Amino acid sequence: MTALTCVEVTDLTILRGARALLGGLNFRANAGEATTITGVNGAGKTSLLRAMAGLIRPTDGAIRFVSVQGEMDAYLARREHCHLVGHADGLAPGRTAREELTFAVCWAGGDAASAHDGARRLGLERVLDLPVRQLSAGQRRRLVLVRLIAARRTLWLLDEPLTPLDAASRALIGEVMHDHLAGGGIIVAAVHDPLPIPACSIMVPG
Amino acid sequence: MIALLANPYRFMAFSRWAAPILASVAILLIAWGLWLGVTAPPDYQQADTVRIMFVHVPAAWVSMMAYACLGGASFFSLIFRHALADAAARAVAPIGAMFTFMALVTGSLWGRPMWGAWWVWQDPRLVSVLVLFLLFIGYLALRASIDDEAKAARAAEILALVGLINLPIIKFSVTWWNSLHQGESVMRAGGSALAPEYLTPLLLVGAGYSAAFGALWLSRTRSEVWRRRAASLQLLAALS
Amino acid sequence: MRALILLFHRESSLAWGRGGGPLLAVGFFAAMTVMFPFAIGPAPERLSAVAGAVAWVGLALASLLSLERVFERDFDTGALDLLALGPLPLEVVCAVKALAQWIANGAPLAVAAPFTVMALGGRPDSAFLVAATAAIGGLAFAFVGGAGAALALASRRGGVLIALIVLPLLTPPVIFGGTAMSNFAFGLHWQTGFILLCAYTLAAMALTPFAMAGACRNALS
Repeated sequence: MTALTCVEVTDLTILRGARALLGGLNFRANAGEATTITGVNGAGKTSLLRAMAGLIRPTDGAIRFVSVQGEMDAYLARREHCHLVGHADGLAPGRTAREELTFAVCWAGGDAASAHDGARRLGLERVLDLPVRQLSAGQRRRLVLVRLIAARRTLWLLDEPLTPLDAASRALIGEVMHDHLAGGGIIVAAVHDPLPIPACSIMVPG
Repeated sequence: MIALLANPYRFMAFSRWAAPILASVAILLIAWGLWLGVTAPPDYQQADTVRIMFVHVPAAWVSMMAYACLGGASFFSLIFRHALADAAARAVAPIGAMFTFMALVTGSLWGRPMWGAWWVWQDPRLVSVLVLFLLFIGYLALRASIDDEAKAARAAEILALVGLINLPIIKFSVTWWNSLHQGESVMRAGGSALAPEYLTPLLLVGAGYSAAFGALWLSRTRSEVWRRRAASLQLLAALS
Repeated sequence: MRALILLFHRESSLAWGRGGGPLLAVGFFAAMTVMFPFAIGPAPERLSAVAGAVAWVGLALASLLSLERVFERDFDTGALDLLALGPLPLEVVCAVKALAQWIANGAPLAVAAPFTVMALGGRPDSAFLVAATAAIGGLAFAFVGGAGAALALASRRGGVLIALIVLPLLTPPVIFGGTAMSNFAFGLHWQTGFILLCAYTLAAMALTPFAMAGACRNALS
């Protein structure tokens, strides 16, 4: 499987309701690099990530996925090389953490064993058999982030990934991100506070 | 013709003169048709009440045509992402609902002297029109209940297409349902074995209603286009 | 294939809801069945004449009840994003959701339906036809209803809007299934209605996933 080496965003504009967001945004995210997207609320950070993931069709501009062998088919790149972690958890409150985690990891191409290992690394072993609704916000966020470790994909599109996490958890995720970049991964994260790893910052005009 | 009209500027230029002409043609045809209908000899079975048929049957025809137009405009809007097609779809829905309602009311008025009841289930066309009315209402409700205009348009288009595909099946099922319960073959006067004294006024009024529908649709689409232009100008003014 | 089984397992367990899912639908169905004799009067001839029809309409309404949750729950939690970006096409995902909905709600209703019909005085030998009609019709209700639920996603108005959109579209299966059942009760030819119902259900299963997926994509964008 050819690995993704770079994501290019060119002249991107997205229409939300009646507002045109991003105003022709340009940037490049290469392998081994982290890019943070900053801007005021409502500037379009979430829309940018969702457009990169393929959920929103941009009004203008292009998003290109490039591998060693040249441009990669966007549909393929999004299905197989991309993780989107949105604002919301994506966890069904009635099921247990283990069930939801196993589903999310296997759905992304991993397996139950790697899901369990990932959960252990992020310190969630003891809460796995509780129903999701009994987990704290920080535990839920860590549960969602296990997917990143357990099912390996190059591009991580993260929407405010660290918001509900305490300092210790942030440091832990920082390590995870560092390992990912060291292995040739790409991180594009929309944040309000700086990430625990070095990153170049793109400001979205408000 | 459609390709010619797809350009918004050409459409606006075309509809500016086409709508009034169609409206005049409509008034002419409807007046002529109704006059012929009123002066035609009374039906031996239904006496003078048969004349309501001239108002009712064409309304039912146009209501079905309106839904087909809604489906067609929705198709163009969905597949080709054509803004004018979407404006046309939004414009036609209330017109279609109105014609459908008119068909129901006049059908009920026709039924009262004939069957002694304000509504019967024995006429498959009337029941199909009732279901059609519900389809229009569902479309309007869906469009109205979604705040984001673009999302509302897309969802409504999908619904219109689903409805359009279902429409022949609904018609078939209602006709079949009715045929199983062989009552008096009531609406025979509205059937194909029509005397020419009845057929001519019916067709004239039908053509007149279609022209009226066309005129209404063109002018409503024009006002929809104006509304969108005004809204975007307003937005530009607010942002600058 | 593995992804298909995985998704199906998730959807069924969510639709089943530890017994809560079917309980709701069957409970509503039972309550409705009790209401009818109160409204019509206890005379057995009148009740047995409408037994099949009451069960059939009750089935349609009970199926609509739990439709809201099929998409809205995942839409609200953000899980629909995950499902839309997964290994299976969104059309397949939607079809699996509708199917799981049917298994959790429609199938128990199909089992309950013959009891209802007999309780209202229908013929005991109609039980098999009632169950079969309810099962197949339930599939049609789940799929067409799923399309309505997906369309109403963007509106957040749920419930009644879904019913308003979906009920006129359900006219054909209601007619076909209802005619089959009432014709059987009167000893008339019922096979045509039943076959037409099957045809409608197959068509609905094949076509509505496209509408569902389109509506979901619209709501997610």
